[in-house]
Amino acid sequence: MTPAPSTPPTESPLPPEKTIAAWRILLRGAGVFLMLYIFCVWAAKGYHRGWSQNQVPVKQVDPITEIEFVTYEKRFIPGLDYLGGGLIAGSVIFAATFLGRRGPKPDRV
Amino acid sequence: MNQMLRTIAFAGFTIVSAVAAPKAYDFKDPKGVNAIQFTLDSVLEPIVGTAGAVEGKITFDPADVAATKGEIEVEAASLTVPNAKMTEHLVGADWIDAAKHEDISFEFSKLDSVKSISEGKWSAIAAGKFTLKGVTKEVLVPVTLSHLEGAFGKRINKPELGGDLLVVRGVFTILRGDYGIQPGKNEDKVAPAIQLTFALVGGAPKA
Repeated sequence: MTPAPSTPPTESPLPPEKTIAAWRILLRGAGVFLMLYIFCVWAAKGYHRGWSQNQVPVKQVDPITEIEFVTYEKRFIPGLDYLGGGLIAGSVIFAATFLGRRGPKPDRV
Repeated sequence: MNQMLRTIAFAGFTIVSAVAAPKAYDFKDPKGVNAIQFTLDSVLEPIVGTAGAVEGKITFDPADVAATKGEIEVEAASLTVPNAKMTEHLVGADWIDAAKHEDISFEFSKLDSVKSISEGKWSAIAAGKFTLKGVTKEVLVPVTLSHLEGAFGKRINKPELGGDLLVVRGVFTILRGDYGIQPGKNEDKVAPAIQLTFALVGGAPKA
């Protein structure tokens, strides 16, 4: 009886399973949440398409002279700079999760 | 008899002088209405702001409107726009430099092309010297003047005080480069022309 020839160890036909690290999922969620939050705040405060305002001009009229004058109310109205800044920050956070390696380290020979 | 005539003549002259004499109207408004609005076009929207600390005196006589003269000063640091960061830039050294040049002023010694619009209202051209950021230039400012007789006391809820009000309105445009404000710079982002609009009230209490 001849001994059966030794067979080389068989490799798994499936590629190694890729996993996403928890911190990446969290960061991605944070990025999306930030973008949505910024958009909602901007929309809820009136879709202001100019610069953000820290004090809002309010027109009034002096009854005797009929002079129209402006007083300022201290409140914040987010503008396109606020929206743009928020969306960029959210995108950067989201994009950061794609940096670096995502799969398991290949074995070195 | 002569003494009596002299007394009557003197009294008459005094009354006429008192009525016809030009009055000095103080433009430091107790109700804080006075302001100069400035508008300049920019990338996203026009930048519109106000300068509220207005002072000055104008001498006005409804019987001789052309002889109206005076000076209006605005505290440069009072320039305000709705965005706090922009306000900071605006009064900073690169723009108005309010720390170094505290006042913006307009001084005129007469009115030209005076036309009566209606009773107590005139249009005219005020030729004078406008000073901004330490640079003074001659400018022509189209103005309208409204004389509100007896309205001074009424406006401050003390009608017994009497006195008159003078309302001066006008619009004119300057080029920021002419006054050393970022000449030739950032003109694609912030327009070189600044429109100044004013509606000011001055009071002259009854003497």
